[in-house]
Amino acid sequence: MTPSPDASPAGSPGASPVGGGHGYSGVPRWLYLPAAAGALFVMLPLVAMLVKVNWGQFIPLVTSAASLDALGLSLRTSAASTVVCLVFGVPLAMVLARRPFRGQRLLRAFVLLPLVLPPVVGGIALLYTFGRQGLLGKSLELAGVQIAFSTTAVVLAQAFVALPFLVVSLEGSLRTAGKRYEAVAATLGAGPTTVLRRVTLPLVMPGLVSGAVLSFARSLGEFGATLTFAGSLQGVTRTLPLEIYLEREADADAAVALSLLLVAVAVAVVGLSYRKPGRQVAA
Amino acid sequence: MRITRRTVTALLAAGALAAGIAGCAGNAGPASSPAASNAGAAPSLSGTVTVYAAASLKKTFTELASAFEAAHPGTKVTLNFAGSSDLVTQITQGAPADVFASADTKNMAKLSDASLLDGEPANFATNVLEIAVPPANPASVSSFADLAKAGVKVVVCAPQVPCGAAAEKVEKATGATLKPVSEESSVTDVLGKVTSGEADAGLVYVTDVKTAGSKVKGIPFAEADKAVNTYPIGTVGSSKNKELARAFIELVTGSEGRKVLADAGFGAP
Repeated sequence: MTPSPDASPAGSPGASPVGGGHGYSGVPRWLYLPAAAGALFVMLPLVAMLVKVNWGQFIPLVTSAASLDALGLSLRTSAASTVVCLVFGVPLAMVLARRPFRGQRLLRAFVLLPLVLPPVVGGIALLYTFGRQGLLGKSLELAGVQIAFSTTAVVLAQAFVALPFLVVSLEGSLRTAGKRYEAVAATLGAGPTTVLRRVTLPLVMPGLVSGAVLSFARSLGEFGATLTFAGSLQGVTRTLPLEIYLEREADADAAVALSLLLVAVAVAVVGLSYRKPGRQVAA
Repeated sequence: MRITRRTVTALLAAGALAAGIAGCAGNAGPASSPAASNAGAAPSLSGTVTVYAAASLKKTFTELASAFEAAHPGTKVTLNFAGSSDLVTQITQGAPADVFASADTKNMAKLSDASLLDGEPANFATNVLEIAVPPANPASVSSFADLAKAGVKVVVCAPQVPCGAAAEKVEKATGATLKPVSEESSVTDVLGKVTSGEADAGLVYVTDVKTAGSKVKGIPFAEADKAVNTYPIGTVGSSKNKELARAFIELVTGSEGRKVLADAGFGAP
């Protein structure tokens, strides 16, 4: 940690004077070993899967009618559940981040609960809410709305598990952004809705985008709640994870090929859109 | 439910123990006890036997394991229940199983084809499909043909899993075409949809209806015998305690096993 003789002038901001030419990284060297082990731990199973793929049959396996139905359904339902998350998650995050009120901690705990809840439990809870014999299901049934075994059920299951991702991400951004600009806008005569639209949302857009992407990705991977609550029928409720689970019983090659497809889609979604907000913040 | 099961297990264990004592008493010494018939001399039976069994055998094999432990003091039966194909995958990947009991002959054949079995497997039980409906039977289902009626929400297993393959066979035999609202990947998922009242009817095994008790009503149908599922059991080739494994298999295939299985609704092989 001793500064080299040719240390940069004391007033210079940004780059730290330590370490000669390159900047101070803040990462002790011994940290690289567990970091590498951690990276391997995540990546090795994916590599193992790649090795297992029957490449000769890969295209026919992932382009079978059942596979394409499952992929299409997964993308459609995940998009729909992301919209549901935005509609309910943005107001929730605003309320949680901006206005302290009695029971706020409790509300936050409940909103975040699906993060730690096994999805099967979420599915059972949804079943007793929206199912035929459920809390709301009975009234819905009388109104002619049937949710069980429908694509709507899939979207509900996905939104249930994905909502916390959006709320957490956005609430963090809202707290980091602070209220200063909003306060200034308000003193200049802007109403609360105008402040939300013109100041708050643009400020937290990176957090909102990353939250939405995480929600989409989580929806894409949803399995337990869907299986418990929505059932499994090709083109209606059998999303890609459910198709993989089923194929595993009969055709291991198909299961591996579809798993790889799901990983590719997830990497594309998260990798391509998740980094952008970071750059915007830096700019 | 829990108490009943425990009581049954305790009774069985007591019975087995009594039989064991009687066997010992009738002989000069335990060394020559024929209680385990041709399974070999009793004192060599010690250690742990790991049994991988199809999920549908959970109740019966748990009972039989207690009976086995009671009949052979010093032994321990470790049970692992899962879908038969999952278990085959685990055994193929080197899981330390001594005994494998499959819910169908197809999965057992996977092991014998891979030369992972010791000797030939033995069939010990059969299972047939039955219609399960919620206790109130909201769609008034009384026959297999009723399942094909419009507006009846039927849940079946997907054709990829054994119970779904059986359902398909019955469909072909009867000429009735089902339009299920869901094709689940396991029979427990089908049963779950019926017990929760989401579905009007589900195609499950006779034994599942028995296990579910009053939560569902079973409707047997004549065409069920068109798709009989046979359960084989065998010793895993890599087993370190083959003698104990064979003794356990003998219990399952013997009269005591037969009785426990029959009580649970399984048919004779």
